[in-house]
Amino acid sequence: MSDVSLTKDFADAAPPAGDLVVLDSVNKHFGALHVLQDINLTIRRGEVVVVIGPSGSGKSTLCRAINRLETIDDGAISIDGEPLPEEGRELARLRADVGMVFQSFNLFAHKTVLQNVTLGPIKVRRKSRADAEERARALLDRVGVGNQADKYPAQLSGGQQQRVAIARALAMEPKVMLFDEPTSALDPEMINEVLEVMQQLAREGMTMIVVTHEMGFARSAANRVVFMADGRIVEEADPHQFFDNPRSDRAKDFLSKILQH
Amino acid sequence: MFDFLDLDRYDLFGAFWTTVQLTVFSAIGSLILGTLLAAMRVSPVPVMRAFGTAYVHIFRNTPLTLIIVACSQLLALTLGMTMWADVGTDTMGFRLAVLGFVVYTSTFVCEAVRSGINTVPVGQAEAARALGLSFAQVLTMIVLPQAFRSVVAPLANVLIALTKNTTVAAAIGVSEAALLMRDMIEQEAQLVPIATLFAFGFIVLTLPTGLLLGRLSKRVAVKR
Ligand SMILES: Nc1ncnc2c1ncn2[C@@H]1O[C@H](COP(=O)(O)OP(=O)(O)OP(=O)(O)O)[C@@H](O)[C@H]1O
Ligand SMILES: [Mg+2]
Repeated sequence: MSDVSLTKDFADAAPPAGDLVVLDSVNKHFGALHVLQDINLTIRRGEVVVVIGPSGSGKSTLCRAINRLETIDDGAISIDGEPLPEEGRELARLRADVGMVFQSFNLFAHKTVLQNVTLGPIKVRRKSRADAEERARALLDRVGVGNQADKYPAQLSGGQQQRVAIARALAMEPKVMLFDEPTSALDPEMINEVLEVMQQLAREGMTMIVVTHEMGFARSAANRVVFMADGRIVEEADPHQFFDNPRSDRAKDFLSKILQH
Repeated sequence: MFDFLDLDRYDLFGAFWTTVQLTVFSAIGSLILGTLLAAMRVSPVPVMRAFGTAYVHIFRNTPLTLIIVACSQLLALTLGMTMWADVGTDTMGFRLAVLGFVVYTSTFVCEAVRSGINTVPVGQAEAARALGLSFAQVLTMIVLPQAFRSVVAPLANVLIALTKNTTVAAAIGVSEAALLMRDMIEQEAQLVPIATLFAFGFIVLTLPTGLLLGRLSKRVAVKR
């Protein structure tokens, strides 16, 4: 499973350089709570950015704002040069270019694994069923669940479900993939099978924003670590520098806590 | 004991057949209108939500008899005599009764479907939106199919209530079971056996509905 390409279709084309996701002075409140405070963040094409930080610091909200599952109060978010539209068709088109993987998998419970992966390509990308199924089976093989295609999500283990969820997102041929704590709902023995798939995606040059506390993944796959606390980006650094030599007190404090266990 | 049962004189099967037809047409209409209302009540457009809410509160709290009589009166008046002449008063009465039942029963369908929508985890709709599906696609492909599966049993109750409610159509002269029963009781003066007969008739209609849909409800339940 580890050597075949997950993104074969566009692995040949040399990725054009440039900024893919740009957040410019983004602010967001939940009532009185200022969850995103003046966030400036630029993610270049092919870059893997790990977002880390204490619970409630706004990591999920940041992810969800990028494909507008949450609205923002002010500032601007653009994807591949296009500002995120407000509503409607344009927004749906842009969301199709942004793959999202959730902590709780969120596979469609009434559809088979194969139907989960083909739905987007057929209904949004307007592909033929035959093409969509062929590509879906290839993707499912590559994430190692090809033999589960006709089962329902509830019949799969958590690790298998999350790999299907990754295949579902990849089937849309997204420009960027968002992962919101993709392994934190998993039993320990299933974490690696999901991380391996993500490592491989990273090696193939997929642009990824990953909220995770898996330091092994951050060290080996990330180009950059973004540390958030209280709705702000407190520190941005190369992973080795961040984990070995954090500059801010907040980061030192946080790392000492997660390293204890 | 059943010597009152002169089937040449009283069209018992015809009357129950009318009851069945009233039920089936009203059920189909209510299911469609009720689902549309539920969609309105969860839509992101405030005007639609307000309309759905107002509709449900007004018609769910109006007595059914009033709705049926109002339908027959208002429409007869406003739409003029031509409609009556075209299809005859019987057919027109039947159609107006179906309209009244749909107006009323759809509010209960709406509330059942809406409670079904609430059983679908928000993550399902979010994952669908994240794929780039539109609001209508998310609703029809992801949320409603799961919602319906969880409300088969409550919808069966609505359907059974509707079957019994069709007796109200007697108020505007639709010749369904209850009208025939009233007629027979007047003519034959045998209240208990006649009432028993008609009660049995309704049980024959509603019991299988309940049992069948009860089974279906277990079979289609979504496993999470
Ligand atoms: N829909 C909402 N309404 C109100 N408050 C919210 C909502 N969603 C999140 N919050 C609050 O916003 C803050 C940031 O939440 P967020 O989920 O982004 O944090 P997080 O960094 O992802 O935390 P965790 O590590 O626990 O997942 C938290 O205090 C949370 O309680
Ligand atoms: Mg979170």
